[in-house]
Amino acid sequence: MSLRPDLGIIADHVTAGARVLDIGCGDGELMAALRDGKRCDARGLEIDAGNVAAAVARGLSVVQGDADRDLADYPDESFDYAILSQTLQTARAPDVVLDHLLRIGRRAFVSFPNFAHWRVRLSLLWGGRMPVTKLLPERWYDTPNIHHVTVDDFRAFVRERGVKVEGAWFLSRGRQTTAAGANAFAEHAVFLLSRTD
Amino acid sequence: MSHDQRFGLQRHARLPGPLRLDGGGSLSPVEIAYETYGTLSPDGGNAVLICHALTGDQHVASVHPRTGKPGWWTRMVGEGRPIDPARHFIVCANVLGSCMGSSGPASLDPLTVKPFAMSFPVITIRDMVRAQAMLLDHLGVGKLAAVVGGSMGGMQALSWAATYPERVARCVVIASTARHTAQNIAFHEVGRQAVMADPKWQGGAYYDDEPPAAGLAVARMAAHITYLSEAGLTEKFGRRLQGRDAKSFGFDADFQVESYLRHQGISFVDRFDANSYLYITRAMDYFDLAEEHGGRLANAFKGSATRFCLVSFDTDWLYPTAESRRVVHALNAAGAAASFVELSSPYGHDAFLLDSPELNRVVDGFLKAAA
Repeated sequence: MSLRPDLGIIADHVTAGARVLDIGCGDGELMAALRDGKRCDARGLEIDAGNVAAAVARGLSVVQGDADRDLADYPDESFDYAILSQTLQTARAPDVVLDHLLRIGRRAFVSFPNFAHWRVRLSLLWGGRMPVTKLLPERWYDTPNIHHVTVDDFRAFVRERGVKVEGAWFLSRGRQTTAAGANAFAEHAVFLLSRTD
Repeated sequence: MSHDQRFGLQRHARLPGPLRLDGGGSLSPVEIAYETYGTLSPDGGNAVLICHALTGDQHVASVHPRTGKPGWWTRMVGEGRPIDPARHFIVCANVLGSCMGSSGPASLDPLTVKPFAMSFPVITIRDMVRAQAMLLDHLGVGKLAAVVGGSMGGMQALSWAATYPERVARCVVIASTARHTAQNIAFHEVGRQAVMADPKWQGGAYYDDEPPAAGLAVARMAAHITYLSEAGLTEKFGRRLQGRDAKSFGFDADFQVESYLRHQGISFVDRFDANSYLYITRAMDYFDLAEEHGGRLANAFKGSATRFCLVSFDTDWLYPTAESRRVVHALNAAGAAASFVELSSPYGHDAFLLDSPELNRVVDGFLKAAA
């Protein structure tokens, strides 16, 4: 079974044996890959009970909870990496969540769907309605994505907050694409962040 | 090993002790009634201890010798179940203070050769756990693959992990808590006062006469309400009348829910000792794992290599999800490996004893994973 492309990038760049907190870990796909492939001590946080049950059933340590509410209870620097994949745009307070990531983990991986991808732009421009694409399949009223974000938004966001970008990867149709045209041509972005202090 | 008298159903051990108790004093000898299922593996690595709830017993997966009813947790324990005698060596012991064969207020005081009654020492959840540890020593079990319990059984499981961390590889805590809240204590106090207000209680010295059945039945009725949910009661009984078409304008059991509670109360007194009810509810009320560890719950799990799995039910208002979350936060703060899930059920606290495929799936996966 191969990992979702953004998870594959994260899995490739996590140091072997690291302590990892996967926030929004789903059924534990990435955690299992990190445990089995890199001997990581992986812990997860996941909002959906069915996903938690599936993750626990594969032998992972996953706590049912909400990134917006429960990250405050994790101690400072208790993990080498905090991972937030495809979850930032669903948070009520993404800025607070990012602060927690970099407080709990020494480094953070953040991946998100890019709302400025050209197909999304065209859909809104020509259709005049909130885009429903393969990348963003839900309609405006049933999408969990309440804080849509673009690659350039995110770059500005981390710059303003004085967060250091240690790495950035951009994906289009499962393949990596260049940083230069990423805001228009990347479907997904993966950032590796750390505190500057 | 099949001829070893220590193993099998309806076993009884008389351990010399002394068992030092949290309240001061000690107990010697210590009687423990228990059952074992399955075979201890040569490396001793397949032992699972199951801890029962307030009014439970050691017959977790065998027919109760007196009532003829099946074991109280056959949905979780048995062939093809998450805890399986084909894989595990399973131990379930009647808790200290109870009345199903382990030392309790109804046991004979070796000094007076009369029932202890209220001269039995007040015990704690940790005392129950220490007694179980003595039993495991007797059985030749060193480290447990898992300790598993729901409700008061979950308190024992937590206490096990905090008291003997090196003896517990996995800890499963279902519909439970790390402390009794004011509301928990309040409901127990209602029950105890009902027992003690019954003139037949006689300060606990009723063993030569009739037991305080009326008081104990009321205690059970009040407690039973806390095991159910409002929605569950409404679904099961609503405002339906019992065996009549109209209200009687009297104080018979007009409503089905009244009749049901009376039945629960009456059938309980046949199988449970009133003084045991006082002692065990007291032990639960005294339980506060944080207090035993300098006021900080995380200290109870500091440096623990035990893996924890907690499960709560959304309609359980006796030990609600928030109590499980407190434990999870403490485990996170201590850096312990913890899993937690809140499952959905209409049945309130009792849900842990009922059919729950999701619960079985979680426990099965958790127990099968490497420690």
